[in-house]
Parts: sequence; structure tokens; C-alpha cells
Amino acid sequence: MNEQITSATISACGLCRNFGMIAAVREINLELKRGEVLGFLGPNGAGKTTTMRMLTGNLAPSAGSVEICGIDLLDRPRDAKARIGYLPETPPLYRELTVDEYLRLAARLHRVGNANLRAALDEAKQRCGLNDAGRQLIGSLSKGYQQRVGIAQAIIHNPDVVILDEPTVGLDPNQMREIRTLIRELGAERSVILSTHILPEVESVCDRVQIMHQGRMVFNDSIIGLKQKQISLEEVFAQLTLNKESSGDIQSP
Amino acid sequence: MIFTIACKELKTLFASPLAWTLLALMQLVLAWVFLGRLDAFLEIQSQLVQIANPPGVTEIIVAPAFAVAAVVLLMATPLLTMRLIAEERRNHTMTFLISAPISMTDIVLGKFLGLMIFFCSVIVLVAVLAISLLAGGTLDVGLLLSNVAGLLLICACFAALGLYISCLTAQPAIAAAGTLGALLGLWVVDIAADDTDSIMRNFSLLKHYESFNRGVIDTFDLAYFALFILTFLVLAIRRLDGERLRG
Repeated sequence: MNEQITSATISACGLCRNFGMIAAVREINLELKRGEVLGFLGPNGAGKTTTMRMLTGNLAPSAGSVEICGIDLLDRPRDAKARIGYLPETPPLYRELTVDEYLRLAARLHRVGNANLRAALDEAKQRCGLNDAGRQLIGSLSKGYQQRVGIAQAIIHNPDVVILDEPTVGLDPNQMREIRTLIRELGAERSVILSTHILPEVESVCDRVQIMHQGRMVFNDSIIGLKQKQISLEEVFAQLTLNKESSGDIQSP
Repeated sequence: MIFTIACKELKTLFASPLAWTLLALMQLVLAWVFLGRLDAFLEIQSQLVQIANPPGVTEIIVAPAFAVAAVVLLMATPLLTMRLIAEERRNHTMTFLISAPISMTDIVLGKFLGLMIFFCSVIVLVAVLAISLLAGGTLDVGLLLSNVAGLLLICACFAALGLYISCLTAQPAIAAAGTLGALLGLWVVDIAADDTDSIMRNFSLLKHYESFNRGVIDTFDLAYFALFILTFLVLAIRRLDGERLRG
């Protein structure tokens, strides 16, 4: 049992992706254990979103493999995808549906049985603070609420891995704090990958941080490790991503 | 899973005024044509009695109404199919479907089925118009059923082609224009091939529908429709799969 808890929920090996002649992602390795929150950093265009799309099966990698809880994403996409919850950069919402209708659809598509549907719906809504919004049209909700619906659809089927692409963009400070609390809660029992540009967010929420630059993983360390070495994340980030020559050479264990 | 997606398609379709407007307008046009034919029939009814083996009500009123229905549906299809994939892409909701543990085949077939259920409601409304004739006489049920089957098949062809073209672009308007162009093209092929018995004739959608319209169910027409539907559905699935590979 103990071993199962600490075993890797998501592991990517040698992930590459080329768009024509351009290599958007090169040789990314990534491993995440249950109960771990990974902060995924990098300047715009570093290949974060491309990597996330590959991890969720939206884009096929040019090389490398992805395993979700030991299931190969390319060989058995259905079983693997059922264990992932994904919130893309733009929340994929149907504006003409109500929150309940939309979440029910998300649950059905993720093979939540009819018997568990109600409970799953209630739990997802309760977690994301959507209890009163069930009958509202998604199109009429504010940006913050839409973002919450986006997170709710990512967690409704109780996935082992939750992948969130910039979930706090465009939210006010209170909503940001709520979402961070939610991510912390999620991270207690699942693996969460969080992509963001807000460095304090990573420091407060994540256990580990990986920095991407020009398609390569240039940094990988735990937040506690950083604190012990008394290096600020901002310094590391600036040092690694401003200096183009040094990219790819620095890789801490 | 296919049904879940079909349900979702119908829900979003009927949540917008588009479906209701289209249904109302189509019914208006078809009722108008139907009444026109009915009027014509009543005028020539006395002369018809004098002919040996005269054409019946179904041949004079119902068959032409169904012929017009095919053309009306041809015009309406692009408006419905443009939503299927192109609009999902534009609204960034395609990721939602692709991230779910379902295959591209499920997505394409679900969307196709959803649209076909909508088309069925149109066909039922047309059939009800025809059945209303029972109030004043008898109907040739065989001919009516052959018309319904033909209309259903040709709608499936429109839907499959529209679905494929919708996969090619992220702009709903381009998908609609492309589908309309392709469908009109397949109709014009029919007109061009009318006088010559050329091979082009075999490519026309409405030509194959005509025999259903006359009450003839030909295996050649059935095979043509089946191949047409299958080809474009497979192309659509391949296109979506290819996109995941190429990005």
C-alpha cells in the first residue's frame, strides 16, 4: 500500500515534439508521485503548453513515451486518459449549457457511472465553490466562475493526475487565493502539474519546480531544496531563461 | 459514448435559436410547396379520372414535396455542419472532447448521429404533411416510405460531407461556404449530366435520390449512398487523428 502511494502517477521519458523544422520540445523527462504538486515554469514560447498537450493526449509526441499510473498513453489512450484531468489555457466551456449540464457531460465522457454521477457532480461543485451556480448558463458567469467550472470539469472523475495550464490568469486576488487553496487540497491525494507565470504562486503551492526554456528542461529541484540553499526562485528563473547560451547545461538533480 | 456526444450535440443545437428557426422556415417552405401541389391536384382531378391508370395523390403531391425537401435540406446542411467541428475548434472546446477517454471515431460518429436525429425530426415533419392527406383519401404507403428512406439517406450524405469539411478548418463560415459549394457542385453535376448519359451522372447525389423519389429502390443507389457516407466519415476520423499527430 505504502509503495503504491509513493509510486509515480505520471512519467514522461524523452518527450520530443517537432513542428516542421522547429523543435518545440526536446527530450523532456518528467516524473511525478502521488501527493506531489509540480510547478511548471518557463517564459512564453518555452514549450510548456505543447508539453502539457502531449501529456494529456491532445498531441502525439514525435519521440518518447508517457505513462499514466503505469499505463502507456499511446498504447492504451482510453484507460490512460480516464486518469487525467486537464484544464487547458482557455477553459473549454460550452457557453450555451448550464453548469450542471456541462459537468454532467464531462462526467459521462470520463466514464463516471450513472450511480456515482450525482455524488461526483456535488463533490466537484462543492470543491470549486459552485454550489449556487448549478443552474446558471456558463456564458453568463464571470471569468472567475468560468475558471472554476473549468477546474471542476478537470476533477469531476476523480483523476490521479490533474494538469492545470495557467489556472489563475485573469482572476482577482481573492479568487487566486481560493484556487491556490484548492490546488493544495488536490495535491494532497493526487498529482498536480501547474503551469504558471506567477513565481510566488509556485513557491506557496508547489513541492517541486521545473523550468523549461527553448523546449528543454533547464531546472528541476524541490522548493524545500531551494529554500535550504537560500536561492530565490526568481533569481534562478532569470538566470536560466535570460542567458540564452547557458540553456540546457544546468540541470540540478 | 457515441450517444453521450449525440445528446450533447442536440442539447447545444436546440439551446440556440438556429435549430428552431431552421425547422420553422423549412416547414414553411415545404408546406407552401405541398399546398401548391395539392391545389394543382384538385384542379386536374377531373381530367385524371378519364385516363386509364392515372397517377395517384402520392405521386402528384408527396413525391414533388419530397424532391423539394431534399433541395431545402441541401441548403440548410452547411449551417448545421459548420458548428460540428469548426465551431468547437474556434471556441477551444475541441480539447475537452479530445482529452476525454474517447476515440476520434466516437466523436465523429456521435456528432454525425446527433445531426441525423435532427434531420429525422425534419423528415418526420414532412412525412406528417403527407400523412395529413389520409384525411381525404388513400396514400401509396410504399412510395411514401421509399421517399422517406431516400430523404434519410441523402441527408446522411449531406451530413457526412459537411462533417468532413468542418474538420478541415477552424472557421465556421469557411466550413459552411465549403460545404455549400461542394453540395451545390454535386447537384450541378446532375444538371450538366442530364442530357448525356455520361459517367458524371453517377456522381450526382440528387440523381440517385430521384429513383427513391419515383419509388424505385435500386441497390446501385443504396451502394452509392453507403459508400459516400462511409468515405466521408472515415476521412473525417482520419483528418482528426492526423491533426493530433501533426499538431
